[in-house]
Amino acid sequence: MRQRGGETRRDAISIRVMVQRLALLLLAGAAVTLMLLDKSDTRVVERFRAAVLDTASPVLEVLSQPAIAISRVVEEVKFLAYLHEQNARLREENARLMHWRATALRLRQQHAGLAALLDARADPSSTFVSARVIGDSGGPFVRTVLLNAGRRDGVVGGQAAINGNGLVGRVAEVGLRSSRILLITDLNSRIPIVVEPSRDRGVLEGDNSNVLTIGYLPAGARTSPGDRIVTSGHGGVFPAELPVGVVTSVEGGVVHVQPFVQFHRLDYVRVVKHPFDRPPSREPAAGRGRAPR
Amino acid sequence: MKGLAWHRFGVRPHLLIPATLTLAAVLLSVVPGGFSALPETTPFFALMAVYHWSIYRPELLPAPVVFTLGLVQDGLTGEPLGLFALVLVVVHGLVSTQRRAFLGKTFLIEWFGFAFVAVGATLACWLIACVYFAALVDPLPVALQGILTFAVYPCVVWIFARVARATQRTA
Repeated sequence: MRQRGGETRRDAISIRVMVQRLALLLLAGAAVTLMLLDKSDTRVVERFRAAVLDTASPVLEVLSQPAIAISRVVEEVKFLAYLHEQNARLREENARLMHWRATALRLRQQHAGLAALLDARADPSSTFVSARVIGDSGGPFVRTVLLNAGRRDGVVGGQAAINGNGLVGRVAEVGLRSSRILLITDLNSRIPIVVEPSRDRGVLEGDNSNVLTIGYLPAGARTSPGDRIVTSGHGGVFPAELPVGVVTSVEGGVVHVQPFVQFHRLDYVRVVKHPFDRPPSREPAAGRGRAPR
Repeated sequence: MKGLAWHRFGVRPHLLIPATLTLAAVLLSVVPGGFSALPETTPFFALMAVYHWSIYRPELLPAPVVFTLGLVQDGLTGEPLGLFALVLVVVHGLVSTQRRAFLGKTFLIEWFGFAFVAVGATLACWLIACVYFAALVDPLPVALQGILTFAVYPCVVWIFARVARATQRTA
């Protein structure tokens, strides 16, 4: 009798193990299928990602506040340690910048005069949506950040994201109240650019590291360390002349670029609304942007 | 009073702890600015949670829940959808069948076992990413993530154990 009870229990256990293995196989298969669907850019996957972003964004918005506050305190302490040194450097920089300001004012006046003379058509001006970074990919394979602004704020896929230093990336996914920015350092990022002094065109490529490379430069392009890189505006997605970075080295035909943006210090970014983008259906204040909270 | 309300609905909060803490681990991995010294990667918190609960309470963190939480992590981090879900489900399957090797042993054995899991998961993620992107993805950030994940495991698990104990006491 006891033996039969033991057998029944053993049978039950082996059935349970079988069910568990089957479940494991099914779930692993489902994961692989999803990866294939994701690879083929299916709309369902896109919608799922947007839904996850929108659902998690209120929680992330709360969680990111203390995290940002802590990292700010750490930064402040670091600044205090170098206060004296920094002060001297800033004074020197200020003197240099005052000189540049005078030059810029003179050139602006000259430019306006020449443009009027030629009757040149100015680029349509862009408006911005300011948004807070509420999430960081943190993963080893992609370089993205999450913003607390989405479709209802006028964010559209493909728009450029900038901060005070330069180009941050482009909008890759848009939810109703949140969006994902693909940083220019990401493996999949390709930005049409111009090397400023020579006006040579190329494509800025990311490889997940903090240094970018330029591909598709014309043969015989003369690029040297210190050259500024700006967006070319080709393709009509990005506005032209957004500062991107500076050439650090040219080795064996490979041009390395250091971006102006320090990606680990991102807290607010501005999404550039191209004048040709469709206005959002709601939100009367569209164009003036969302005030950072 | 709160406890009474929970019981009236037949919900015992301590049973939800493994899944809730794993969800918290998933959310924590995308919080910005947490590790400003290492901006590239955040520890793989969800892996720690899945490994820990697969040893101690696998019945409270079933495979479909692990799969769903993995998908949420993929959705939030922007990694290929299904990548972390696959890795976490496989880790859950392997560890929950081998849990007797760790139950009742010292923490060092559990941590030693986690070293193997962290290396395996990291390597698997990297290989899948290479195939997915059809490129040789830089292995340094992922190796760094693996080491970081292994290093902070004791702290994270200590927090898990404290939360679980506190909830059990109030239940």
